[in-house]
Amino acid sequence: MTATRRLEVDQLELGYRDRTVIHSLSLLVPPGQVTAIVGPNACGKSTLLRALTRLLPPRRGRVLLDGQEIHRLRAKELARQLGLLPQSPIAPEGITVGDLVGRGRHPHQSVFSRWSHADDLAVAAALEATQTTELVDRPVDELSGGQRQRVWIAMALAQETDVLLLDEPTTFLDVSHQIEVLDLLTDLNRSRGTTIVMVLHDLNVAARYADHLLAMVAGRLHAAGPPEDVLTTETVRAVFGLDSHVITDPVSGKPLMLPIGRHHVERARV
Amino acid sequence: MTATLLPPSRPPSTTLEVTAAAVARGRVRRNLRRRVVVTVLAVLVAGVFVLSLLVGHTYYSPDEVLRVILGERVDGATFTVGRLRLPRAVTALATGASFGLGGVTFQTMLRNPLASPDVIGITSGAGAAAAFAIVILSLSGTAVSAMAIAASLGVALLIYGLAYKDGVAGTRLVLIGIGMAAMLHSATFYVLSRATEWDRAEATRWISGSLNGSQWKDVVPVLLAMVVLVPTLLLQSRNLSMTRLGDDAAGALGVRVERTRATVVVAAVGLIAFATAAAGPIAFVAFLSGPIAARLVGGSASLLVPAGLVGALLVLVADLCGQYAFSMRYPVGVVTGVLGAPYLLYLIVRSNRAGGSW
Repeated sequence: MTATRRLEVDQLELGYRDRTVIHSLSLLVPPGQVTAIVGPNACGKSTLLRALTRLLPPRRGRVLLDGQEIHRLRAKELARQLGLLPQSPIAPEGITVGDLVGRGRHPHQSVFSRWSHADDLAVAAALEATQTTELVDRPVDELSGGQRQRVWIAMALAQETDVLLLDEPTTFLDVSHQIEVLDLLTDLNRSRGTTIVMVLHDLNVAARYADHLLAMVAGRLHAAGPPEDVLTTETVRAVFGLDSHVITDPVSGKPLMLPIGRHHVERARV
Repeated sequence: MTATLLPPSRPPSTTLEVTAAAVARGRVRRNLRRRVVVTVLAVLVAGVFVLSLLVGHTYYSPDEVLRVILGERVDGATFTVGRLRLPRAVTALATGASFGLGGVTFQTMLRNPLASPDVIGITSGAGAAAAFAIVILSLSGTAVSAMAIAASLGVALLIYGLAYKDGVAGTRLVLIGIGMAAMLHSATFYVLSRATEWDRAEATRWISGSLNGSQWKDVVPVLLAMVVLVPTLLLQSRNLSMTRLGDDAAGALGVRVERTRATVVVAAVGLIAFATAAAGPIAFVAFLSGPIAARLVGGSASLLVPAGLVGALLVLVADLCGQYAFSMRYPVGVVTGVLGAPYLLYLIVRSNRAGGSW
């Protein structure tokens, strides 16, 4: 087991120019668990992730990693402890899988340091964990969407951080690839104790794969806790403004939300 | 303590070693290709440099040229090689490398091959300011370089400011830059038309770049600037190539994106401005060097050194061709312009079809 890191947000206020996106948000990311952030579009989920990796300086409040303010840490030092896979990273034209995954080693290298065997091993382990070993010499441009996403995750794994943040890692993937990616992240959490925080669009997928759900609305935290407590008819109404019916997922035993729209509803609301 | 994929207690599994070996092979292959390309380019640059000292209307043997460089008096050669060919070749080398380095820096940073300083008006800014300083203010030397630098930094900031709207989109910046370049070109023409005596050689220099009449006093500032700015740029080489993953991805991997960007912009603008003050805005060298280097090196290796060499080679070869390949002598910028224009058209056509990211 690896050291578990405590990521905390204390009265955080974030914004861009004259627009405030997050208002006085406080939360704790449970160490060693999988946390999913859900909420409607533009509620500040991605903004929050950017602030957690200090890509966005807070206007007020603090982000703490093991009690230390992350804006006080050196950039590479933070990047050895905390990784982020943004929503749409760019693969430079012609880059091979091996080269791209190797970029994840950047925080472990200095301007003059040579590439070491440890770097090769870390890249190799990341490739094997994501089942992309066969692709190592292929150009990233030629891969399918699912393969490409696995390669990006491999890059984040090669970074060898205790905490991994992912911004909508399953968007643009078909359902089998979505499940594949989420299973992979679960493996990572279970085998290495990596703390995972991801923004997810699909409430039911979030409830199934996360130990801890954060429901956000309009820059505020509406509810936080295990999926059983958070994914309720009340939360769905408050967060998404949608009527719903929540049952127990017969496959996972987690809550499953069935939306109630204006059409195709046979039974009255329960 | 950081997490390791392999707890130290357990020896690495053999399959992992096999994969690691495959990873290492790919890396070695990429590095080898880059090294071969850089070596070949360096040899070519050196070869053409020497050739441009030997040949001309009179041929001088390598022995004679060497004696001139060592300071001996050789009839004819001392003047032709020492005063004409050598400063000209050094200027070609230094300005070509500066344009190549500056160009590829902008293209990499803005992830768009169209965003090179000669397309988006930064070179034209330096050219207009240098022409103004020389023709209207009768300045020379350092004062000209200083005005060129101030103008190109000003143009860079202006384009950035005009293109800024919730971040800078490459395409918007390129379009604004092209407009800016056109405006600055006409400013240069206006300045030249005010010159008391219309000197055609001087005019071509500030419109498309020329090495005619290059003297040591023109090239020394370029060399001094390179001593400071090239190492600055090379130290940022890794960070710069990391930013190609996107600002957030690079930032999450520990790159100080804003700091990297500010450093490389100042270094690249400096190189471009000094080179322009010495030889004028030699058309399209900054624009062509990066893509040619990328094609040669392949993949995503750092393009700084190969692009600098390609730039030097382009200017040296184009100047030789301009002087001797045709019945008439053409300034170097006319030759590079003929090479660059079709490629610019090609890129514009292609980027209209497919988004235009690099």
